[in-house]
Amino acid sequence: MTADPLLSVRSLSVDFWSYGRRSQVLRDVSLDVPAHRHVALVGESGCGKSVTMRAIMGILAAPPARIASGAILFDGRDLLRLSAREREALRGTAMAMVFQDPMTSLNPVFTIGDQMGAILRYADRRLGRARSRRARLARVHEVLTQVRMPDPERIARSFPIMLSGGMRQRVLIAMALLSEPRLLIADEPGAALDVTTQAQILKLLRDLVDDRGLALLMITHNLGVVREAADDVYVMYAGSVVEHGATAELFARPRHPYTRALLDCVPKLSGGATFRGIDGSLPDYSAPPPGCRFAPRCPLAISACSRPPEARRVSADHYAACWRLEDAA
Amino acid sequence: MSPLLEVVGLSKAFPIRGGLFGRVTGQVRAVSGVSFALGRGEAFGLAGESGSGKSTIARMIVGLAKPSEGAILFDGRDLAGQTGLSGRSRPVQMVFQNPGSSLNPRRSIGQSMAVPLHARGLSGGEIAARVASLLDMVQLPAGFADRYPYELSGGQKQRVAIARAIAAEPQLIVLDEPTSALDVSVQAKIIDLLNDLGRSLGLTYLFISHDLSLMRNFVERVGILYLGRLVEVGPVRSLFEAPAHPYTRSLIAAVPVVSDEESALKPNEPALEGEIPSPANQPAGCAFHTRCPHAFAPCAVELPDVVQLDDQHFARCHLLAPGASTRRGADWRTAKARSAG
Repeated sequence: MTADPLLSVRSLSVDFWSYGRRSQVLRDVSLDVPAHRHVALVGESGCGKSVTMRAIMGILAAPPARIASGAILFDGRDLLRLSAREREALRGTAMAMVFQDPMTSLNPVFTIGDQMGAILRYADRRLGRARSRRARLARVHEVLTQVRMPDPERIARSFPIMLSGGMRQRVLIAMALLSEPRLLIADEPGAALDVTTQAQILKLLRDLVDDRGLALLMITHNLGVVREAADDVYVMYAGSVVEHGATAELFARPRHPYTRALLDCVPKLSGGATFRGIDGSLPDYSAPPPGCRFAPRCPLAISACSRPPEARRVSADHYAACWRLEDAA
Repeated sequence: MSPLLEVVGLSKAFPIRGGLFGRVTGQVRAVSGVSFALGRGEAFGLAGESGSGKSTIARMIVGLAKPSEGAILFDGRDLAGQTGLSGRSRPVQMVFQNPGSSLNPRRSIGQSMAVPLHARGLSGGEIAARVASLLDMVQLPAGFADRYPYELSGGQKQRVAIARAIAAEPQLIVLDEPTSALDVSVQAKIIDLLNDLGRSLGLTYLFISHDLSLMRNFVERVGILYLGRLVEVGPVRSLFEAPAHPYTRSLIAAVPVVSDEESALKPNEPALEGEIPSPANQPAGCAFHTRCPHAFAPCAVELPDVVQLDDQHFARCHLLAPGASTRRGADWRTAKARSAG
């Protein structure tokens, strides 16, 4: 890639401390999110995808969390070296988040327009701008139109309970767009919705990336959603990125044993074929395996797996961290 | 052989109350005229989006809600009149969606599992032995009887919920989205367990889910619900390979899949616009006509009849009625494929 990505996470390691015990929750996580790209971070519960997202947004609760090493470059600046005030100025303005649960992320006693107006006023204050009440309302109507809400004036006057789940998800996306961010982080977008509504939400996010040049980082556990929506994908297991690459290439030729096992877990629309779980469970992060963290559950594990594997290139834009890539091909 | 469970013309309407004195001002028709039958040892699935009435049907079958109309015949006896605590000794048990909230956090696993056994009049010693054997059946160590729910993972809690359901020695188990809160690697293990138990105990399953891919891999026949009505019923193979109703086709087309071969299997349908209408204010005629890309004149007026497509495959759509293609001027499915290609 020629241009530097808008967001670049470099060898990020995060520990959680409780009662003097250290849990190594993230280990050497690296990922890039360029503008005009939809990047997915996929993994099961407990793999560290939410911790990664929170570290990027600067909303990790510390303590217990402590960033042990690494850098988070946003537009070339290391976010981890910024003051709290500088960080605060970026959050919700240059980078914004779309929260997961459209049922609980909205305040039930204020109208959509009031809640969005308050966010906009706060963002304006941080950027040292001023805007009249009427201009704020016009901007609210504008972003509601951008997320393809019919009748934005009526929506702005509505309370959350008057909207369906799909519409509330659109409102949450509109809220994130209010101050024209360059990076959007979406936590399980549409996961609480029906498949037909989820498809509409993913289409909307796709158009925002294509038409407005947003850099989008999506956090999800759903491999099908990744394949249908994302350009690039990072697969996480137990706090490490085990494989990453262009979506079409990675799904056509998965190389890491964990990625392969995870794909076998997904029930197929064609029926039959492979449909099986993974034996064992996640390692204890306070005493993780010394090398590859998947080794204790891996059918291909050998003694070499007790050393941490480096990500190796398996084809153009496709990398996997595994000692047995040659044998597993 | 007679079916184990037969549901005939099942309907459920909830009143809407409004005004100062709580007068009934309307009704929500959650389920309308649903009929299906489950053979002994069969796994049957009900699929649909939220608001389709699938959970209401499940609740009526286990006795948590009373039908407004229709009959639920279990082994030929009508269960529709019975509700309430008699449920514990019913030959029908239920496994709920969220294993975190269906277990009492203040009771040990053993105590939770003992409830249905007490109801059956077992003594203390018998209960302890039965709890141990039930835990073994769901592949958990006997020591789990002394643990509390917070010490268990989601998959382990769901195993306990399954053990508690089979404790009452039911013939039919209603599974309401039993794996939707679990990771896929755990989901596959739970499905394996349900398959094993189904075979060894001769259980009949009614599986409720919105996950069509999971449905395809677990049940033998599936019914698709839209706004409280069955729009299509058939064996999974023919329903997934040749879906007939436009709603079924759009629903399958919207499922996110992980491989090209699955993608090729999806019907060629445009993405659905809009959302499922409120069950309180249902469209006339075929309820799907407001979103159906193929709707024509009669769809907004008459409820379509059920059309038999082959041996066990049925659908309720005007387009499938004999002579519909001449009435509409062209065969809609090939016309669609041509315009999209």
